Amino acid sequence: MSDPSIGQVTEFVAESLARHGRNPDYLLQHLIVLQHRFSCVPAAAVDALATELGVTRTQIRAAIDFYAFLHETPRGDFDILFSDNITDRMLGNQRLMRLLCERLGVESGVPRADGRVTVGLTSCTGMCDQGPALLVNGMAVTNLDAQRVDRIADLVEMGTPLEHWPGAYFVVEDNIRRKGLLLSNPATDAAGLRAMLEKGAEAALAEVERSGLRGRGGAGFTTALKWKFCREAPGGERFVVCNADEGEPGTFKDRVLLTSYADLMFEGMTICAGVIGARRGFLYLRGEYRYLVPHLEAVLARRRAQGLLGEAILGHEGFDFDIAIHLGAGAYICGEESALIESLEGKRGVTRKRPPFPVTSGYQGNPTVVNNVETFLAAARVVQWGGYWFRGEGTDKSAGSKILSVSGDVARHGIYEYPFGTPVHRVLTDCGAANPQAVQISGAAGATLAPAELDRIIAFEDLPTAGSFMVFDASRDMLDMVRNFAHFFAHESCGFCTPCRVGGALLRNLVEKVAAGQASEYDLAEMRHIGAVMKSASYCGLGATAPNHVLQTLDKFPAIYRRLLRSAEYTPSFDLDAALSEARQITGRNDAGAHLEVEV
Amino acid sequence: MNVSLSTRGGFRFDGKEIPFTPGQTIMDAVLAAGEYIPHLCHNPEFAPHGSCRVCVVGVGGRQVSACTAPAAEGMVVDSSSEEIQGTRRAILQMLFVEGNHICPACEKSGACQLQAVAYYTGMLAPHFTHFFPRREVDASHPDFIIDFNRCILCELCVRASRDWDGKRVFGISGRGLASHLVIDSPTGKLGDSSFAATDKAAHVCPVGAILPKHLGYEVPIGERLYDREPISLVGDVAAHEEA
Repeated sequence: MSDPSIGQVTEFVAESLARHGRNPDYLLQHLIVLQHRFSCVPAAAVDALATELGVTRTQIRAAIDFYAFLHETPRGDFDILFSDNITDRMLGNQRLMRLLCERLGVESGVPRADGRVTVGLTSCTGMCDQGPALLVNGMAVTNLDAQRVDRIADLVEMGTPLEHWPGAYFVVEDNIRRKGLLLSNPATDAAGLRAMLEKGAEAALAEVERSGLRGRGGAGFTTALKWKFCREAPGGERFVVCNADEGEPGTFKDRVLLTSYADLMFEGMTICAGVIGARRGFLYLRGEYRYLVPHLEAVLARRRAQGLLGEAILGHEGFDFDIAIHLGAGAYICGEESALIESLEGKRGVTRKRPPFPVTSGYQGNPTVVNNVETFLAAARVVQWGGYWFRGEGTDKSAGSKILSVSGDVARHGIYEYPFGTPVHRVLTDCGAANPQAVQISGAAGATLAPAELDRIIAFEDLPTAGSFMVFDASRDMLDMVRNFAHFFAHESCGFCTPCRVGGALLRNLVEKVAAGQASEYDLAEMRHIGAVMKSASYCGLGATAPNHVLQTLDKFPAIYRRLLRSAEYTPSFDLDAALSEARQITGRNDAGAHLEVEV
Repeated sequence: MNVSLSTRGGFRFDGKEIPFTPGQTIMDAVLAAGEYIPHLCHNPEFAPHGSCRVCVVGVGGRQVSACTAPAAEGMVVDSSSEEIQGTRRAILQMLFVEGNHICPACEKSGACQLQAVAYYTGMLAPHFTHFFPRREVDASHPDFIIDFNRCILCELCVRASRDWDGKRVFGISGRGLASHLVIDSPTGKLGDSSFAATDKAAHVCPVGAILPKHLGYEVPIGERLYDREPISLVGDVAAHEEA
């Protein structure tokens, strides 16, 4: 890709400004289209946006530097990012990436000199049920194997535009394996929305309250209470935000819901708008799912045409509501609701101080409801079919069903919907998990289960989960998972608070010290110490949950560390004997006395 | 006066009764009562930030940052147990190994809050493995120097420039351990920015990252603010610089 002229860049910025307007909240959206068009955000665009949006160059550069998918220097005609979740690794992504790098003559993460291509790694892209996967110029390619990678190398060398790549590469299957309360019926005739309009917002809220619905993003805050707080919060305009930043490694159920149940999700958002009195809503969609934008825009357009969005919805004067899609650009932290709002406002996704909570001070300081995709879906059905219908399944504290994304060492990857209260072993039986050694519930930030714990249940009171369910059979080295997660958290820390920013990096380095066979018991105690500080003192949930995998595997799988310990006490992170090699060379000695004693 | 009685409350802080008014944080109330909680990113002249985490206190079995947690009637706040001091020590050690803090060679030594808070918590060594990052010194400005080796990302200069000076000279870029202070100017250098020695941002740095030029060791080491009295008695260095 030749360097764009300043004229090309400013013309493109002008087009983007014409489309999105001059609201600084749209900064990130401008940057994303620029990255897509020029494979970087050119300096001329930074200047133009700074002038037009009235923000500093520093703010723009800081955003580019923060989001993994944005760059100040060109990535080339093809920007290829291999998904690097542990499940991708188990499927051989590293071997395939090396193959592609060799074929193309590139080093990981370094653009090729001719400007043709960059090959690198990225955090989980949500294709664990059909991995290994990659993103090429933001588009997902699934089911990679050596043959497909070989062909991709040819396509890149020939400079074939993506629209002429084989369509099969971009097929993303739903892989729905078990349907329950929500998945059994994707059809909607806006019955929930009509029910709210007939019975009134208060009655709809009462149904949501009766249902016992709690947020499906993992934290489990009572949905009706969130809506009620927002409805009653002082202030003018209110906002509905759907969190589709499904970034937890191993989760992909929202991808399926966005693909095949988008109407129900939008209906849930519209009902929420009716309850809280919002006129505007946002779908915050992770950048990895950008391929879904045309589909989602089409659903929104149809809903507008059907009178389900826009002004006077279903003929009700004064009920105006519309939804805009905002894209993320590669930042796990933006799944946290206050960081998501910062990102919606075009800034770096750094978590906000709480209180105040988004229900009183969210988007642009206004009362805002942020709910997960699955929560809106469930809310739509609850208002349609009633709170008792939902409550009829699940446990006392965990009403209804939970949709799980199952991947790893199982015969049938995909999404499974179960009533809350279902034991883990039931899921393992259904998905065909032979000889499981460990199950990771709710992603890298979640719980590591040993075989003795498989009768524990999926429920807020036992194993709360955002949906990720990764299975490891007896052939796996669990330290590979720990290393993968430790790097993930060090990479995804927003850097705001000390324990997560520094502690996460220290933890990653200690895990690598173990893997390199250089660690001792002292280092394991250090990992516990750092983990405890991160858990208790971090600013937000990312830092507080980031050491979970280390702390839990130290307790439940001590052998994965112990077998690699160099000595029982303390070993430095460098090899003392090797450090003496220069002295041996100078003195010409190589006898036993010129070596340190080998430790026992 | 009934009104003032009904709007005042109290909580226990290391066994002492501390009064507060609704809306105050634990930090606000404790500092107003003449007590001390160690802190770095907090400065009473600016909105609470909560990033350094040095002000963690124990409340109801959890650790919260005193600068952001609202004071509440009857709460019991632990600021002196070994558990709390141990957490603070570890956080300070993380800050020390993250940057390049060479106290004996630093002009700010003796009047540095990072150093003084480390003494307060009983920190004797950085403990963790140093990252030894390669960072620059920006001496492009005629009156001030920035040594990025010593920046602890408290964002006080960012906030002072934005909220007080109305300039937005500073920002934070990157993420994770690569987070770093940046300067808004065409070259990224302080000398090409609108920064001035009279800016509030020039006088809020709690460490030796932003220092005036042309002055050196005016107050001898051994006679500086925290050489004479502990930080728990004399408070923030910025408050003394202003006086």
